[in-house]
Amino acid sequence: MFPASFQYHRAASVKDALGMLQQFGDDAKLLSGGHSLLPMMKLRLAQPTHLVDIAGVAELSGVREEGGKIVIGGATIHDNVASNQIVRNKLGLLAEVASAIGDIQVRNRGTIGGSLAHSDPAADYPAGVLALEGEIKLESSSGSRVVKAQDFFVDLLTTAIKPGEILTGVSFTPHPARTGFAYLKHRQPASGFAIVGIAAMVTLDAKGNCERVRVGVTGLGAKAFRPAAVESALAGKKPDTGAIGTAAAHAADGIDPLSDIHASADFRSELARVYTRRAIQQAIARIKT
Amino acid sequence: MRVTVTINGQRRSDEIEDRLLLVHYLREVAQLTGTHVGCETSLCGACTVLINGKAVKSCTVLAAQAEGVEITTVEGLVKDGHLHPVQEGFWEEHGLQCGFCTPGMLMLTTDLLSRNPDPSEAEIRHALDGNLCRCTGYQHIINAVQYAARKMRETRKSA
Ligand SMILES: Cc1cc2nc3c(=O)[nH]c(=O)nc-3n(C[C@H](O)[C@H](O)[C@H](O)COP(=O)(O)OP(=O)(O)OC[C@H]3O[C@@H](n4cnc5c(N)ncnc54)[C@H](O)[C@@H]3O)c2cc1C
Ligand code: FES
Ligand code: FES
Repeated sequence: MFPASFQYHRAASVKDALGMLQQFGDDAKLLSGGHSLLPMMKLRLAQPTHLVDIAGVAELSGVREEGGKIVIGGATIHDNVASNQIVRNKLGLLAEVASAIGDIQVRNRGTIGGSLAHSDPAADYPAGVLALEGEIKLESSSGSRVVKAQDFFVDLLTTAIKPGEILTGVSFTPHPARTGFAYLKHRQPASGFAIVGIAAMVTLDAKGNCERVRVGVTGLGAKAFRPAAVESALAGKKPDTGAIGTAAAHAADGIDPLSDIHASADFRSELARVYTRRAIQQAIARIKT
Repeated sequence: MRVTVTINGQRRSDEIEDRLLLVHYLREVAQLTGTHVGCETSLCGACTVLINGKAVKSCTVLAAQAEGVEITTVEGLVKDGHLHPVQEGFWEEHGLQCGFCTPGMLMLTTDLLSRNPDPSEAEIRHALDGNLCRCTGYQHIINAVQYAARKMRETRKSA
C-alpha cells in the first residue's frame, strides 16, 4: 500500500511553507505528523501532488507561556503536550486529552495542528479545545487571525481554515482556582478513536456553586460541539447528583448522531449522556479546595 | 530526492522516490528486513522502529520525513554480541511464538522502558495498545517486558 506520486517539500519556516502553499495552490497539502493524511493517501482518498512538510519548523513546535496564556505550537506532537510540565500543572485537561489519543506510536507522530485541521468526528482534541475555549491561530501570506474553538469546527472534516492558511498554534487560559476537569472516552478498541468522548471542566465559586461549566463532546455528531443546555442547566447551581443528572440528560439535544457498526445513533446518544454525567462528577471530585 | 539518515549508528544517504514509506526504505533499500510489514494501515505495530528514541509506525512515515534523524531497528538492539535486555526478556519469558509481531514489540518496549523504568502491569498493557499479537495471548509478552524492566534496573544499579 503506497500513496500516488507527489513531490515532497520540506519547509524551513512558516514563511517558507506559506510561500509554497501559494505557489502550488490547490495541488498542495500541508504534512505535519502524517497520521491522518498518509493513511488517506494510501487509500487514495487524498491525492495531493505537492506535500509541504512543516514537522521540522522550529517555531511551530513546543509549549510556551505568553502574556498569561499557554500557547501550543501547531506542529507539537501529542506526546509532548501530554508530558509537558507547564501543560500538566496549569492545563491538566489538555494533558489528559492528549494522553488519551491513539497509542504511543500515534502520540509520537501526530500533532495538535494536524488533528484540529483534519477534524475527524471521532478525534479527541476537539472536545478538549472546546471545553477549554481555546483560540486557534491561523496564518496566511496576507496576515493572521484568531478563531475561537466554538467557531472553528464547521462540519464533518471541515473547519474554519481557509486555503493557504496554516494553523500555527492554539492559545489557552490556564485553569483558574477551584477548577476540576476530566476527559472520559468510550474507545473504539482497534484504533483508539472516541466512539464518544467528553471533556468537562467545572469551576466552583466560593460558596461551592457552579461558576462555570464547560463541556466538549466528540464522536457523537459530524463535528465536535459544546452542549449549551448542559452548561446552562448547571450555571449558578449547587452541583449535587440530581442537578448533574438533569443537566447531563441534555448532552445529545439537537444533534443528529452518527451511526456505524461500532455504535448505533441511540447507543451513541446514551453514551454521551452517561459519560457527560460521569465526566462532570469526576471534574468536581477533583477540585482542590 | 536524496535522504540522509543514521540507522543503528551508521549514516547513509540514498536517492529515493518521494512517496517511499520508511518501512520499505528500511527493508528494501537498507536491506534491514527485521522490521516487519503487517497491516500497512498503522494498526498492528509490526513495523515499529525508533526515531530519535521514540517508537513510531514506519508504515505511516515517509522516508523523506526521516531526513537527519537517528533510526533504531531491531537489528540495532544487540550490543557486542549480547542480546539487549528486552530481547533477553522475550527469550526467557516465551514472549513470542511465530515472531511476526516481535520486532515491533521489542522496539515499543524499548521506548516504554526509557520513559518508565518500572511500569505496572496495567501500564504495560496500556503501552502495548498499538501492537497486535495473534499468537501469545499477550500475558507472556507482559512477563517479558517485566523481566526486561527488572534486568535494566539491576544493571543500572550495579553500574
Ligand atoms: C492508528 C491510529 C490511531 C489513531 N487514534 C486516534 C485517537 O484515538 N484519537 C485521535 O484524536 N486521533 C487519533 N489518530 C489520529 C492522529 O491523532 C493524527 O495524528 C491526527 O489526527 C492528525 O495529526 P497529524 O499531525 O498526523 O496531521 P497530518 O496527517 O499531517 O495532517 C492532517 C490534515 O491536516 C492538515 N494540516 C496538518 N497540519 C496543519 C496545520 N498546522 N495547519 C493547517 N493544516 C494542517 C493536513 O494538510 C491534512 O489535511 C489516530 C491515527 C492513527 C494512524
Ligand atoms: S504495518 Fe505498520 S502498523 Fe501494521
Ligand atoms: S508471536 Fe505470532 S504474532 Fe505475536
